[in-house]
Parts: sequence; structure tokens; C-alpha cells
Amino acid sequence: MTDAPLPATAKAREKGRWERFRESDFFYAFKRSPVALVSFGVVSVLVLSAIFAPLIAPTNPFDPASLDLMNGFTPPMEPNAFTGSSFLMGTDDQGRDVFSTILYGMRISLFVGAAAVLFAMVLGIVMGLISGYFGGWADTVIMRVADVQLTFPSILVAMLIFGIAKGVTPIEYRDQMAIWVLILAIGLSDWVQFARVVRGATLVEKNKDYVAAARLIGRSPWAIMTRHILPNALSPVLVIATISLALAIIAEATLSFLGVGAPPTQPSLGTLIRIGQGFLFSGEWWILFFPACTLLALALSVNMLGDWLRDALNPRLR
Amino acid sequence: MLAFIIRRIGQSILVLLIVGLVAFSMFRFVGDPIDNMLGQERTIEDVERLRSQLGLDQPFPVQYFRFLQGAAQGNFGVSYRQGRPVSEIIRERAPATLELAAVSGIFAIVFGIALGVMTAIRRNGVAANAIMATSLIGVSLPTFLIGILLIYLFSVELGWLPSFGRGETVRLGDWWTTGFLTESGLKALILPAITLGLYQMTLIMRLVRSEMLDVLRQDYIRFAHARGLKGRVINFRHALKNTMVPVVTVIGLQLGAIIAFAIITETVFQWPGVGLLFINAIQFVDIPVMAAYLMLISVMFVGINLIVDILYIFIDPRLRADRSGAH
Repeated sequence: MTDAPLPATAKAREKGRWERFRESDFFYAFKRSPVALVSFGVVSVLVLSAIFAPLIAPTNPFDPASLDLMNGFTPPMEPNAFTGSSFLMGTDDQGRDVFSTILYGMRISLFVGAAAVLFAMVLGIVMGLISGYFGGWADTVIMRVADVQLTFPSILVAMLIFGIAKGVTPIEYRDQMAIWVLILAIGLSDWVQFARVVRGATLVEKNKDYVAAARLIGRSPWAIMTRHILPNALSPVLVIATISLALAIIAEATLSFLGVGAPPTQPSLGTLIRIGQGFLFSGEWWILFFPACTLLALALSVNMLGDWLRDALNPRLR
Repeated sequence: MLAFIIRRIGQSILVLLIVGLVAFSMFRFVGDPIDNMLGQERTIEDVERLRSQLGLDQPFPVQYFRFLQGAAQGNFGVSYRQGRPVSEIIRERAPATLELAAVSGIFAIVFGIALGVMTAIRRNGVAANAIMATSLIGVSLPTFLIGILLIYLFSVELGWLPSFGRGETVRLGDWWTTGFLTESGLKALILPAITLGLYQMTLIMRLVRSEMLDVLRQDYIRFAHARGLKGRVINFRHALKNTMVPVVTVIGLQLGAIIAFAIITETVFQWPGVGLLFINAIQFVDIPVMAAYLMLISVMFVGINLIVDILYIFIDPRLRADRSGAH
């Protein structure tokens, strides 16, 4: 056995996959849809600037040494009266560059949103597979819990979980843990729809011949669920995940805005809006305006991309 | 059918018992209530006395039963933060939230139905299309941004309406305070009510619109036109009436949502209601208030769901056969 043929075939297959993708209906529909192109463009720009925030941001807003209180309340694009420095989106009361805080805030918003959806997705998939594949009392218990949870709006569930988790963590760790608690709260409030979709698909798939064949050759239930059934249930899950991402970003912003989310030491877009609201009346509009616009652009474009994806992958769901 | 109703009520009670268990566990396991109530300077005797006074030395099931007993009587203990009975605080705050919810509910229903009918009748009109496009943006905007936008427009720029609080209130009866009777109270109500009701309004509008479009295609509407009835009579007496069944259901289910989303609106406008109380309770980990709010809102949600489900059977006879056959 030599190593040589393996990379070659892998490369060939990869190229084939890329070619196939470029010739697919999906890619064609994407190229032809202005909504999809624009929202994909906006999402990419925002995500990339969040990832490369340390390279793009003119200052590091979390480094006290880089702050100058004299720069406080500088309006956007105008030189400061004392120091003469000028800022693209102005500065807040402590002289922090608003543009930089937005870049760093978007990192936290995106991280919390993505991690929460990932957590909800994994939990929902596992629960849905178990309840669909095994049935019986496991199914009853899981779906009952899901029903009870669906009775309440998810933002309320998230607030409650956040409150309880905050009570459980010792006071000195509360600020550090807030981000993780937030992910847990939003994730737990959002797993139900994943579980329902996966359960439905599992119920259909488990009676098909290939599952019977897999069982016959002695594969374990876990392998059958994850390797055979799950791939066939994945496309609706991905659609729900995209739409959930927009909802999770908004949920995170809402919680942080209400003061039960990301702490001021690690501000997300919602925290920045909360801080900015305090300056609305004194005329420093830019401290609120730019974070709010960023949040809007992010939520709207992810939402539109999700809607488009839903229509493109499954016209029946419309 | 009776069996279905009884089973449905049984399920609701079970849900409430489970929520009660969650609320009680919060009391029992999140932080130590004694720690929260006594300050730094305390003696072991104080701790022991309070522990037996609060019944915290009893076994778990006994405590749970006592909690349920108390909750059923509206007794949720004493707020850690304010040192007053939770029931008293909630009773003080409830009128503000209920008045806000009522006004935004009416706003959502009236404007939702009117705009829904309008956009359905003038399907291709410029105004109808503009409203539909705006409503899409309205659905994706987070509630708190809508609130801030309204404050900026009408309070900061135009200076027409107050940006926070309830204005002057008048005491009615024993404990109810109302903002309906003073000018400042009514003015203060406008912005929060729009903020809270906007989402539900768009929801009702889109639902009424799609139901109307379905109904307007049907034969009896064409016959009504052929008979020479006026457009207004057809649209409102014949068509709208038949769209109401799903709309009533959605309105029922959204009532609970309005109460829950009042949390966000109340925070934006510093409206002294139950929602703001709940948010402050979370920030300060005031467990009794959180537990009481959780119980209250679950009773409300479960009750509304139950009523809607039972109403369904009476409205739609097809469901009677389905439900009794399925289980």
C-alpha cells in the first residue's frame, strides 16, 4: 500500500464535488437571486470584520491604556476639541472608539448566537433521534417536556434559565460566566423545534429497508441513528439552524439590552445599545445609533438568508 | 368530548405542578434564603430561628406541599430585595401591566383587522404593498429597537410624548391605580402600547389578509356581487365573518405573549409594571419574586391554552371526532 493514490483520489473527488456544486440548481438559484447575494454579502462582511476585529479596529476598547478620557463624547468624523483626534463613528463617555467597540461587540454577539444555536441543534438532534427511534416512554417524556416548553415564549424561558444560573454561580464568577450562561439559556430555550423535526424524520426513516439492513448486520442503535438516519434528516435541520441564528442573535441582544445578558466588561451589541440609550437625551446619538444599525443589518441579513435557504432547499415548506 | 376536556384539564394541572416544582426548587437550591435575608452580622441563633420560622428544616415533600398551598393562596413569601410580601408588590404593579396589555391588545386587534382587510381588498394597490413591505421589516425588528426609535422620534425630536413612566395615576377602589383618567397618564400610554402591540398587529394583519384572500375567491362572494350587494356589505358582513375563526384563536394565544413581551417594553419605557419587576428580580437574583412571576405567568398561559383548546371543539365540530378517536 502506498500513500500516493489516496491524495489523488481525494483531490479528484473534491474537485468533482466543487464542480457538482457549481452546476447544481442550488448554486444557480443562488446566483440568480439578488436577495440571497446581497444578504450573503452583508453577512460575510460582518462576520469577517468580527473575526478580524483586532486587525481592523483602530483601538482595543478593552485596553485601558489606549483610552483617553479627554476623547470622550467626540462626534463622528469631527476632530475632538481637546486632543484633535477624529473617529469614524465617534466615541462614548469614556473616550472609547465606537467603531472598535462595535467590532468587538459583534464578535460576542455572533459567538453567543452561533454557540447557542449549535448547542440547541446538538441537544435537539440527540433528543429527536432518541425519541423517534426508541419511542415508548422516552418519547413520551421528551415530547411532553417539549410541549410544556413550547407553551412559553422562548425569550421568557431564556430569561428564567439565565436568572436561575446566575443564582447558582458564586458572585465573584458571575461576570466571567455570563457569556456561557447566556449560551446555555438561549440554547435550552431553542432546542424544541430541532427535536421535533428530527423526530419526525426519524419516524419516517426508521421503517425503511436500509435501516432494517443496518440492524441486520448488527450495527448498534447509536451508529444507525447517527450514521444512517441523521444524514437523511439533516437538510431541514440546517434550514432551522439558519433561521434560529437570526433569532438567537436578536434574543442575545434583547437579553443584554435588558441587563440580563453580556456584562459591560464584555459588551455585545445589545449591551452597547443599552449603554447608548442613556445618552439619547443628551444628544450623543452616535453611541446608540451605530450599534443599533449594526444589529439590524446583522439580524435582517441572516434572517433573509435563512428565508431564502428555506425556499431553495424545500419549496414545500413555503 | 367530556373525556377530552377532563384529560385536557388534568394535563394542565400536571403542567402547573411541574412548573411549581421548578419554582420551588429555585427557592430551595438557588442560594441560601437565610443568607439573603440576614445581613453580615448575625448569630447562629438568628439563623436557626429563621430557618425553623420559614420551615426550611422540614423534609422536601413537606416544603413543596407547603409552597403549593401558599402559592394557591397567593402567598409567595417575602422579596429578598424589598423586604415586603411578594403578593403585595405584585398587586401594586399589576394594574400598570394589565392596562398596558389591554390597550396594546385592542390596538393590535383593531388596526390588525382593519389593515388586513384593506390590504386584501386592494391587493395590488400601492398603499397595500407598502404596508406589506413595512410589516416584513417590522417583524424582523427587535421590540426594544422599535421602542427606542419611537422614543427618539416622538420624545426627543418632536417632544410630543413622555419617554418613560406612567404619568399621573388615579386610585380606584382598594388597590387599583389607573392611568386612563389623567391626560399625562393617557399620553404616557401611547408609545409603550404601540411598541408592545406592533408585532401582534402585523401578525393579525397578515393572517386576516391571507384568510380574506382565500374567502374572496369563493363562489358565494361572486354570487353576492351578482346579486348586486354593495362592496362594503360583502367585504365586512360576508367575507370578514368567515375569516374570524383562526383569527380569534391567534388572538387568544397572543394574549399570553403580550403579557410576556411586556417585560421588554416595560424596561425600555421604565413602565412600573410586573415585567420590570421581574427583570429587576433577575438582576438581583430575587428568587421569591422570580418564582411568583413564573407561577403567575404559567397559570395565565396554561389557562389560555386550555380555553382555546376547549373553544376549538365548540367552534369546529370536526375536531370532536378526531380528538376522541386519536387517543
